[in-house]
Amino acid sequence: MNKEFKDSIPTDSEVILGILNNSESVLKRLYVAYFPMVLQLIINNNGTPDDAKDIYQEAIIILYNKIKAGDFELSSKLKTFIYSVCRRLWLKRLSQMSRYGGDIRDFHDHFQVDEDVDKQNDLDVQFSKMESALQLLGEPCKTIMEDFYIHNLSMQDICDRFGYTNADNAKTQKYKCLQRLKKLFFQQK
Amino acid sequence: MTELKLQEEIERYLNGEMSPQERKQFELLRKEDASINHKLAEHQLFTQVLKQYNTRLALETRLNAIHDEIDVHTLTESLMIHPSWVVRLWRNHHSKISVAASIGIFAVLSVMFLTGYFSNQDSKYIQLKRDVANLNIKTTQLKKDVAQSAKGGNRSVADRYRGTGFAITSGGILVTNYHVVSEYDSVYVQNAAGKSFKAKVLYTEPQSDIAILKIVDTAFHNLGPIPYTFKKTASDLAENVYTYGYPQDQPVYGYGKLTSANGLNGDSLDYQISIPVNPGNSGGPLMDNKGNVIGIVQAKQSQLEGVHFAVKTSYLLSALDSLDQKVTLNTKNTMSNLNDAQQLKKLKNYVFMVKVYDK
Repeated sequence: MNKEFKDSIPTDSEVILGILNNSESVLKRLYVAYFPMVLQLIINNNGTPDDAKDIYQEAIIILYNKIKAGDFELSSKLKTFIYSVCRRLWLKRLSQMSRYGGDIRDFHDHFQVDEDVDKQNDLDVQFSKMESALQLLGEPCKTIMEDFYIHNLSMQDICDRFGYTNADNAKTQKYKCLQRLKKLFFQQK
Repeated sequence: MTELKLQEEIERYLNGEMSPQERKQFELLRKEDASINHKLAEHQLFTQVLKQYNTRLALETRLNAIHDEIDVHTLTESLMIHPSWVVRLWRNHHSKISVAASIGIFAVLSVMFLTGYFSNQDSKYIQLKRDVANLNIKTTQLKKDVAQSAKGGNRSVADRYRGTGFAITSGGILVTNYHVVSEYDSVYVQNAAGKSFKAKVLYTEPQSDIAILKIVDTAFHNLGPIPYTFKKTASDLAENVYTYGYPQDQPVYGYGKLTSANGLNGDSLDYQISIPVNPGNSGGPLMDNKGNVIGIVQAKQSQLEGVHFAVKTSYLLSALDSLDQKVTLNTKNTMSNLNDAQQLKKLKNYVFMVKVYDK
């Protein structure tokens, strides 16, 4: 694979296959290919390059999850999908900041993507809850939770890592941590 | 079963770590106890969110790494649409600009209000209204309402109106304004020496405000040759003019300029003149400084100082043409080379006070 080919805009089916196969290079090519389009949209509609980064990454994540979940139908061009999602997200952001003057300068075709964006929005709410719950949980619970539930370490590994005298102690500790984390998570409104 | 144990069982069940037998047992337990079922569902959801959250974090880290390789600054420069600076200024600061403009307008209005600009507007409006009203009133005619100012004891109490008249022929034909004699019962004229003669109205022309009188008194003698002539053509603006008449018991001389070829509202009957004239001047001659009669002093505008009107001589001449008897006008001007004072000396014998006694 020469460099030129690597940097070129990936075809839509290439992107879908690449994401399903966790290809880092496809993700990168996808990201690089459409960022300028979104940057153009945002900075010419009252936004900063940082806003563009946030919005664009959110859109890529929506696309990524959609593909991973297997419910992405290639009914339109990827480019149009990304542009539409970004446009929708940006309009939302603008009205939240009450900077939305009622019109937006468009650069490409777009279509309605409310459903995808709203779905993502619900997930984001859950994630931000999780984030603050983990923050409040503190160490060593946070690491224990991550090691066990995310990195799938065995109780024995955790026991060794944290220097618990036996696996039962570690289990008890893990259980307490989990109960606290759940409490923190579900308590949030 | 303790909570801790139950939790462990749930995790083992979800992770598929149970033997088929244990599994069967646990499923039985689930059926029996709804709370276990509920706990299981909750745990499943919770761990899912936790995992997804982590996947998201990982993805974000990856994307950030990719993003860092992009030269955002250069891209931004090339993609930014640069509208003209006015548009940019407006876009970025339109709220501030609007506020500033509102304050500005408010300030101007306040200043205008405080300095009485609006009340001035009001008075201008009233002035305008007065002018409009003037159109109806037309002009204050310059006949002197003697009865209303009858405080002068040396004046005959019987005469009602006074005006001025001047001779057209040496035989005693005079001209004055129609409005002076319009309500006449009998008319007397009084010469510079204070001697009164009975006169009769020969002819009137109300539309040009001209009345021709003839002295019928037996005591009247020939006036001698008229020293002035009548100018048939229109006079020029800015020409020096003067009047001579009887606004009071003594004759008064008035000096000014011809200011407009037309009278009030463009009335072509009149000249507009800037001579201080007063009630009683009506019917007096308007002379240029060559000794020509160019008009008959008629009226003043009530609201404006120094705006007066005189009927043009051409209307007098056409009125004379309508007379039954032929009037021969003097054509020899003996005043043309004289200065004003000398002219007046000659003129005074031909200008009369017209006294009107009403019915």
